[in-house]
Amino acid sequence: MTVLADASLRLDAGFTDYALIAIYFIFVLGIGLMARYSVSDSLDFFLSGRSLPAWVTGLAFISANLGAIEIVGMSANGAQYGMPTMHYFWVGAVPAMLFLGVVMMPFYYGSKVRSVPEFMLKRFSAPAHLVNAITFAVAQVLIAGINLYLLATLINVLLGWPIPISVVAAAVVVLCYITLGGLSAAIYNEVLQFFVIVAALFPLTVVALQRVGGWDGLVSRVEQEASPAQTGAWPGTELAGFDSSVLSVIGIVFGLGFVLSFGYWTTNFVEVQRAMASKSMSAARRTPIIGAFPKMFIPFLVVIPGMIAAVLVPELAEYKRTESAEAGVDYNDALLLLIRDLVPNGMLGLAISGLLASFMAGMAANVSSFNTVFSYDIWQRYIVKDRQDSYYLLVGRVVTVVATVIAVGTAFIAASYANLMDYLQQLFSFFNAPLFATFILGMFWKRMTPTAGWVGLVSGTLAAVTVFVMSETGVVELPGQGTAFVAAGAAFAVDIVVSVAVTTVTAPKPARELVGLVYGLTPRDSFHDPRDEGQSWYQRPGLMAGITLVLVIALNIIFA
Amino acid sequence: MNASDHRSGRKSWASAFDIRLVIAALLAVFGVIILLMGLFGTSQADIDRAGGTNLNTWTGAGLLVAAAVFAVWARLRPVPVADDDANHDDVV
Repeated sequence: MTVLADASLRLDAGFTDYALIAIYFIFVLGIGLMARYSVSDSLDFFLSGRSLPAWVTGLAFISANLGAIEIVGMSANGAQYGMPTMHYFWVGAVPAMLFLGVVMMPFYYGSKVRSVPEFMLKRFSAPAHLVNAITFAVAQVLIAGINLYLLATLINVLLGWPIPISVVAAAVVVLCYITLGGLSAAIYNEVLQFFVIVAALFPLTVVALQRVGGWDGLVSRVEQEASPAQTGAWPGTELAGFDSSVLSVIGIVFGLGFVLSFGYWTTNFVEVQRAMASKSMSAARRTPIIGAFPKMFIPFLVVIPGMIAAVLVPELAEYKRTESAEAGVDYNDALLLLIRDLVPNGMLGLAISGLLASFMAGMAANVSSFNTVFSYDIWQRYIVKDRQDSYYLLVGRVVTVVATVIAVGTAFIAASYANLMDYLQQLFSFFNAPLFATFILGMFWKRMTPTAGWVGLVSGTLAAVTVFVMSETGVVELPGQGTAFVAAGAAFAVDIVVSVAVTTVTAPKPARELVGLVYGLTPRDSFHDPRDEGQSWYQRPGLMAGITLVLVIALNIIFA
Repeated sequence: MNASDHRSGRKSWASAFDIRLVIAALLAVFGVIILLMGLFGTSQADIDRAGGTNLNTWTGAGLLVAAAVFAVWARLRPVPVADDDANHDDVV
């Protein structure tokens, strides 16, 4: 993502706006303090004591992802590509979230592992565990730095604070509430953030739609000024970067919808951790399913304003016509420009709070999942074993501080090498595709061996990196999102082939060690949780997932 | 690690802290301030920019309604003060 541009975006925040922002930050820190009283052991700190209700973890599940990239990036995509951007939500998120809740969560929650890498350890062996834990930890702490930097540029653009001061101020706030309240503080703040961001974006979208002449007005203006292809979600050739409609649909369904999104949503511990924090099996399974509901409708508050900005804001409309830097703005500024042009003081404070909240939540999610994996999976497993629980709780707090300091360092590096940041983000997204292949094989194929676990993972990742490097150096030419789709697809295929090949020549784990981890070896009633008795119909994960799936298909048809 | 076993006998701390009330409080404070801005601090130019809508008034009123919904929800279905196996999955 490029850096937000210059002073033309400076919003005229007045006293009331600053007051609202200050009140919001008092609440954020207050939640950290309140959550502090709930932390009495390491499980409280790292997994909220597995005590949270499903609607809280479900909203946190999507809020953790509703950060800078989502809000700014998806409104930018909306401005540039129009309705096909919806695929990132309807095809690229919802199905994978439902799959996580229905199929995979019983293994994650039922096996009582405390992290995704720990599942690798139980299902496979130490090498697979180490590979996963270390790549995850490194990726998270660097991404935390990138999120911190994006947050600082936002503060800089909106309020005019210098970048270094913004970086440190934002880091201190996140540090305070996570060190105090651990995952609970992060999750509760994510829930609060969700409502603040909706409260900010909903009125903005309504008024913007009104200004542009309603939905029909928007459609006719986009058709006139851009192209009719931008007012319907399918086939999305511009987005996928393929000329052929058929290839485009295949690319979106398999590349984005299957490999990329299943990899991200089902194996990324930042997300899965939120479900692991819930209080029962049913609540854990419902976490991503409940999250899928708002996930379906968030694009209306993010993508649509982006589309409106591209026809309503003169500078952005000019940029879309000419694509030249002379317009002084680019697509990433879409939402901010719309806020600048429509929102009065008062409401402005709410909008800025919402944006700051969402950017901060991204970083907090990275830090809270990093400290869990580092403390449990690296420190406790391999470095200092068999200490008292209070020791690991302390480690978690210290690691939070260290991670934040590293993130500040990364933020400063990102400030000088904007391209590096783009590369890193893309590279990390490739770690997930082979991970999903390994998980899905490991969960359903009891024969798969521990050696195959880590060899498949490493070769899949190398395949993705190879495609990425070849594309960056121009050996192969892939347009638009093509590189990401192909790299992820290659990683997935290579991982499967290598895993199967290695399995045939190495020894599997004995079946009794795989109970609760592999589908065929796990009796169905071991997923039964006595705490879930007497549920209403709307608390049954399978039924809710079905309803969600029907809704998302309906949305695809309505807005095709 | 037997993750959730050791805590079944513990008093649920959640009784002391209901996130719904925190959300209600924040939305209410925001709602009051923004509504007052809408009634007394929004210029005609601001209203014209938003196509004739007073965004502050509407948003402020909306926030107050949302705050009331959360408060009523928390009131009607309070967090169970559970120190035993009474794990009601139906509410918070």
